Amino acid sequence: MTAPTILTRRTAIVAGAAAGLAMPFIARAQPAAIKLGLIHPVTGAVAAAGNRCRFAGQMAVTDINAAGGIKSMGGARIDPLLGDAQGRPEIAVSLVDQMAEAGALGFTGCFASAIGLAATQAAAKYNIPFCIDSGITDAMTTRGLKNVYRLFPNATSTTTDALAALDQINKKAGSPAKTAVIVHEDSEFGTSSAKLQAAALPGIGITVKELIPHATPTRDFTNIVLRIKQAAPDIVVITNYENEYVLLARTLVQQRVPLVATFSIAGGGFNLKFAKEAPTVVENMMDFNHWYNPKDPRALGFRKRIEDAGQVFTWEYLFGYFAVRLMADAWERAGSADKDKTIAALAESTFSDHWLPYGPTKFTNGQNSGCHAVALQFQNADMKVIWPDAFADAPAVYPRPKV
Amino acid sequence: MSEILAAALVNGLLTGGVYALVALGLTLIYGVLHIVNFAHGALLMVGMFGAWMLATHLGLSPYAAVPVMTLAMFGFGWALYRFVIGRVSRGEDRALLLATLGVSIVLENAALIAFSGDMRQLQTDLTFAVWEMGPLLLSVPRLISFAVAVAMAGLLWALMSRTDTGRAIRAVAREPEGARLMGIRPDRMFALAYGIGVACLGAAACLLLPTFYVSPNVGDTFVLVAFTIVVLGGMGSFPGALIGGLLIGVTESLGGLLLGESLGPICISVVFIAVLLLRPTGLFGAAR
Repeated sequence: MTAPTILTRRTAIVAGAAAGLAMPFIARAQPAAIKLGLIHPVTGAVAAAGNRCRFAGQMAVTDINAAGGIKSMGGARIDPLLGDAQGRPEIAVSLVDQMAEAGALGFTGCFASAIGLAATQAAAKYNIPFCIDSGITDAMTTRGLKNVYRLFPNATSTTTDALAALDQINKKAGSPAKTAVIVHEDSEFGTSSAKLQAAALPGIGITVKELIPHATPTRDFTNIVLRIKQAAPDIVVITNYENEYVLLARTLVQQRVPLVATFSIAGGGFNLKFAKEAPTVVENMMDFNHWYNPKDPRALGFRKRIEDAGQVFTWEYLFGYFAVRLMADAWERAGSADKDKTIAALAESTFSDHWLPYGPTKFTNGQNSGCHAVALQFQNADMKVIWPDAFADAPAVYPRPKV
Repeated sequence: MSEILAAALVNGLLTGGVYALVALGLTLIYGVLHIVNFAHGALLMVGMFGAWMLATHLGLSPYAAVPVMTLAMFGFGWALYRFVIGRVSRGEDRALLLATLGVSIVLENAALIAFSGDMRQLQTDLTFAVWEMGPLLLSVPRLISFAVAVAMAGLLWALMSRTDTGRAIRAVAREPEGARLMGIRPDRMFALAYGIGVACLGAAACLLLPTFYVSPNVGDTFVLVAFTIVVLGGMGSFPGALIGGLLIGVTESLGGLLLGESLGPICISVVFIAVLLLRPTGLFGAAR
């Protein structure tokens, strides 16, 4: 018969101390979590889009962790640090400082270009790698910052590709569009885009009859549409934000303006929510924008996941999701979250595990040089890719059928 | 050119009708009671989300929702004044201003939480309906708004000048102590008038919804122009709010056409200053 073990106060203290000393060694058996800062404007004027980027970024973190974390680092988990930039660049800078202090080894963000420009510059001070999720301005990757990488197209390539798409679609249909009116909002974004378009359209055989700027907000578009009617262009090119985009589109329908097409580049209101709420208005409207590869079944599954979560699918979900996956891929390749090694891995990255309409990444000064946006069109209240042919899931309805 | 000028003029009148709708409630709250109602835009937004929910959840057309939303917004406005604004301000002008500003911040952020920052719109049977007048295509929803604005201005004028309640409201606004001595309860009259002003927004919200969008900050789009109209038309004058709305609508429309849509809004300020230089009390304002 074995004598019962009696736990005296002394043995308990000794055992406790021994366990306490052993704890760090036990903990070291698990790889440390990698802290990733997700900086977005989740309140303020662009909160809706910022929230979508954050939602998708968190989804990517959950997926990566569920699949075993960063395998080359012994299954290290990603620990997301969430920051609300409130639509203000100075807040984003402060968030970068706070998160760097908290041990962040990577960042993704920040939806808006102005916020991204400030945040990436702040992260450069700490040499922390930063994967841009949205923010189209070229300047994001042309300032010589070694820590900034963008998987998605910039403004110049988007405009160039958009006009190439319009040219090909137009010529394929026998060039029914020979004239255009450009309607744009009158701040830097709309004015500079409209100037680029006005300079480039004659090069593809489309004469620009008029440029019509408008303020943001504009409460009524009837006068603008009357001017368009008087100019009688074949197409209207729209560059403005969501509210005005929707009001203009509705007024064009109400005033029965006969057009070959309406075309926008990264159109503010061109989304599935608009299609759901106003199917007769959106039908056959065209836009050049970011989207998924509709021929990849994983893309459709991803869209379904978003929709099952009660959201209306938009391109911001792709941006938020793949910015995190690109960062995770770099950690996987580097086998480390060391900042220099991660940045080197990003520079050499050939990330291809995605369902975007382009191939593996090839970074030139931080910009993925192989990426392209696509031409989209609303058909039966859904969004279809109509250009390029390699990714198209429907032919273009062009010119628009007369009602 | 004459055709497009005529179109712009008619369109300006119809847009002015929409502005007048929003300004009528404010002319009672700001013009008569002298409450600088910073919550006016936020309350319009509440009305628009209310009408949007009735349409999307219960299938009630915004036009059928006019009586429902007018009553609901009256109740909301009355309760807001009785239990929040009135109690917080205790009749002090500075506190009133801060109280309405606070209400506006709370309402807009509550809408952000409930509906997110997304804009929403509603497509009704009448959204794209037009009345063909020669070469002009006049928006039927705008024509309805115009007619309702005229009717509402008339009703409010009659209420304020021909009924005991209206006289009591005016008395309280002008001389609260004197009114109290005559047996009128100022706090009740203020709450009633505030409720009526907000009820006007309920009707305006329903009539705006078929042709506009709704988002948590949609009120900002109309609130500044509404204050301009109230002062331009004459503080507390309902015909003034109507005519002021139409004048602003036409000015904006013709200014946009002749000077461009970016410069056009400047014409509103020019007309505003010109009118006040010639008539400091506004178009229909009475000297006090």
